[in-house]
Amino acid sequence: MRKKTRTLLTLLSVVAAFALFGLLDAVRVAFNAPDSVAGIDRLIVASRFSIIQPLPYADYMRIRSVPGVKEVAYANWFGGIYQDPKNFFPNIAVSARQFLDIHTEFVMPEAQKQAFLDTRTGAIVGEALAKRFDWHVGDKIPLQATIFPNKDGSNTWLFDLVGIYHADRPELRGIEQQMLFRYDYFDEGRQFGHGTVGWYIVKVDDPAHADRVAHAVDHMFANSADETKTQSEREFQLAFAKQIGDIGLIVSAIMGAVFFTLVLLTGNTLAQGIRDRIPELAVLKTIGFTNTAVLLMVLGEAVFMLVCGGLAGLVVARLALPLLGAATGGQLQLPMTTKTWVLGVALMVLIGTLVGLQPALRAMRVRIVDALAGR
Amino acid sequence: MTRLIVKTMPLLRRSAVILAVGVGIVLWMTLPVLFLLLGVVMGVWLAVSREGRQALSITWSGLSTLPQRLGATSVIIVGIAGVVGVLIALLAMAEGFQATLKRAGDDDTAIVLRSGANAELSSGLDRASTTLIAQGPGVLRDGRDIPIASAEVVVVANLPKRTTGTDANVEVRGVGQQVWPLRPNVHIIAGRPFTPGLRELIVGKGALSQFAGLAPGSTIRLNNQSWTISGVFASGDAHESELWGDAESVAAAYRRNGFQSVTVRLTGPEAIDRLKAALSGDPRLKVDVETTRDYYNKQSEQLTKTIRVIGTGVAVIMAIGAMFGALNTMYAAVAARAREVATLRALGFTGAPVVVSVLLEAMLLALVGGGLGAGIAYGVFNGYTVSTLGANFSQVVFQFRVSPDLLLRGLQWSLVIGFLGGLFPALRAASIPVTTALREL
Repeated sequence: MRKKTRTLLTLLSVVAAFALFGLLDAVRVAFNAPDSVAGIDRLIVASRFSIIQPLPYADYMRIRSVPGVKEVAYANWFGGIYQDPKNFFPNIAVSARQFLDIHTEFVMPEAQKQAFLDTRTGAIVGEALAKRFDWHVGDKIPLQATIFPNKDGSNTWLFDLVGIYHADRPELRGIEQQMLFRYDYFDEGRQFGHGTVGWYIVKVDDPAHADRVAHAVDHMFANSADETKTQSEREFQLAFAKQIGDIGLIVSAIMGAVFFTLVLLTGNTLAQGIRDRIPELAVLKTIGFTNTAVLLMVLGEAVFMLVCGGLAGLVVARLALPLLGAATGGQLQLPMTTKTWVLGVALMVLIGTLVGLQPALRAMRVRIVDALAGR
Repeated sequence: MTRLIVKTMPLLRRSAVILAVGVGIVLWMTLPVLFLLLGVVMGVWLAVSREGRQALSITWSGLSTLPQRLGATSVIIVGIAGVVGVLIALLAMAEGFQATLKRAGDDDTAIVLRSGANAELSSGLDRASTTLIAQGPGVLRDGRDIPIASAEVVVVANLPKRTTGTDANVEVRGVGQQVWPLRPNVHIIAGRPFTPGLRELIVGKGALSQFAGLAPGSTIRLNNQSWTISGVFASGDAHESELWGDAESVAAAYRRNGFQSVTVRLTGPEAIDRLKAALSGDPRLKVDVETTRDYYNKQSEQLTKTIRVIGTGVAVIMAIGAMFGALNTMYAAVAARAREVATLRALGFTGAPVVVSVLLEAMLLALVGGGLGAGIAYGVFNGYTVSTLGANFSQVVFQFRVSPDLLLRGLQWSLVIGFLGGLFPALRAASIPVTTALREL
């Protein structure tokens, strides 16, 4: 603690590195978000040929009749714009009752749920989205259609906000960015494409049967005009995330670069600090400290330094994430999960050990006479 | 009163230094030329004046001890190389994406979509409208008086990507007969063009590199029908990520009887207004008209901006870390040479050469680090091909582009970090009282 500036500077660079780690890991987690138990019993049935090909509504009853299927919901991408294209958020037409039955992670008051089922023009939005545009239950929300013009020839669709839902666990906060409205209202109002849906969501009675059900569904529509491809919800979302690019790889590469730099920086400074203190360590040994004690002392110092700086960095990242969310108009909602904390602490200890090891070994092996003589 | 002034003076001076540095960095980031001039002036000062030569000689003696402090100096170099490398790589990604989409557009061609549609995929035009649009005023006609316009069908097919092996969306564009004069930059580099009326496709160079099974001669399935790849085309822009076939055949395969967009060649850049006025005044049509330049610029805007912001943000945080590293190293270097510097000052050297020499050393090391980082980024990432989801919900293939501009930007950053890392240690070196430094062991 003698060189205050040096200690502080080293600590600060550790803070910077771990702040970056916290932010990047949140990004990585966000891109692998389906990594949760939600939707383990859900399958997505979409066109085999491409995501833009709709499926006939008639498939609904046929999929329901497949053994092992508990409930089927359907949905259609709407792609509407609220006021400005920059205000992007997913808005999807869904079969209200079945959709809410299947997706138990959408939590909302019973009265609002009922209102959604009773109101043809009703729409529900996530809490985060409602906050972003300051929407309240009872508001009328106009969306500009990009794909589906209204039957009357205009592009404007009007929805009544009847409910605001929130996710039942923090890592699913992403769903709070959506707006859902009723498929029957949508299908009646659109100019073309009547009687088709974008995809079906199938809830199976037992996750163990998921594979069998998926095969049965695909087999049923094989060689028809609308062949299907059934995947688990997680697979579906992962495939989608992968299309955006190998974000995970890029993020890991950056993290690698950061840590390489960090190890070098702190390792060097620590080594220097210990080199300066070798005579003192020799004194300690002279008065009876064992080699192991000295080794552990030096190692402990390094680990302590990294854990202090690292935790501070993670706290900075934790505080910065909501700010980031606010700055991007709520589009970047990156929650920091327990996993990030655990991984972060593990890395702190690991790096601390790595950088401390070399100077610690050196301190342990130093011969008292040499050290005291300043050789 | 005087005591108060004496007490606050150092504080004031320090704040003044920090303020001046802040202003200097902003200037440096915006007007590097100004500093080039300053650099020249400094160079002359170093070479000609007495103090300058003193500074040079101190720097030289400092640099000559570098091999003994290899570990410590490598902290500066590697730290800064890391910052510059990450910065350049991310910015090169943004630049590459933007350039690919930008090149697809110009002022001489216009794209017509259904009103409200923000991309071709969400648009839809019936056959009658496409004829009306092609006949609009301001559309260039060829020697046979046929308008140079292409009514196009854009659909998305699932094909396995080479890197991941999983299905990804590839854009299939059905084009009209006049597409060759409409997009003269497109040329066949292998095989032959598709034959209208047959189930044949040509594949863009980028799509060929990203998706498996698209070599000429192979067959793929589009909506459960076999299509043959007849050739490969290059265009140098976003179209290289697409598969092209005859519009009528593609529409038939997807059971459609309409188009998504009409792209026309204008008689000149000024004709866009005439076409716009005519089409929006026509009660039979409900369309948006834009030059392709505007259309493609809009598509690259969002992603480019996001990458730039993230890239700069990451680099700033890393730069802070690297700066602390540099500060550490330079403080240590100054402390190690405290006696030496004090001796020099006792001999009559003034403070300025000492400050300049420490700064020079830090900045030289930073420059080496910056050069290293820029070199690595250039070597690894220039021309590195990746793809991402574009506006048409399908893969856009693009290459990282490490332009000389970006390399310079990286060096600019490295010099700032070096300067900041050197400044405070330099000031300390010059301000330690000579007697204290000489007495210290």
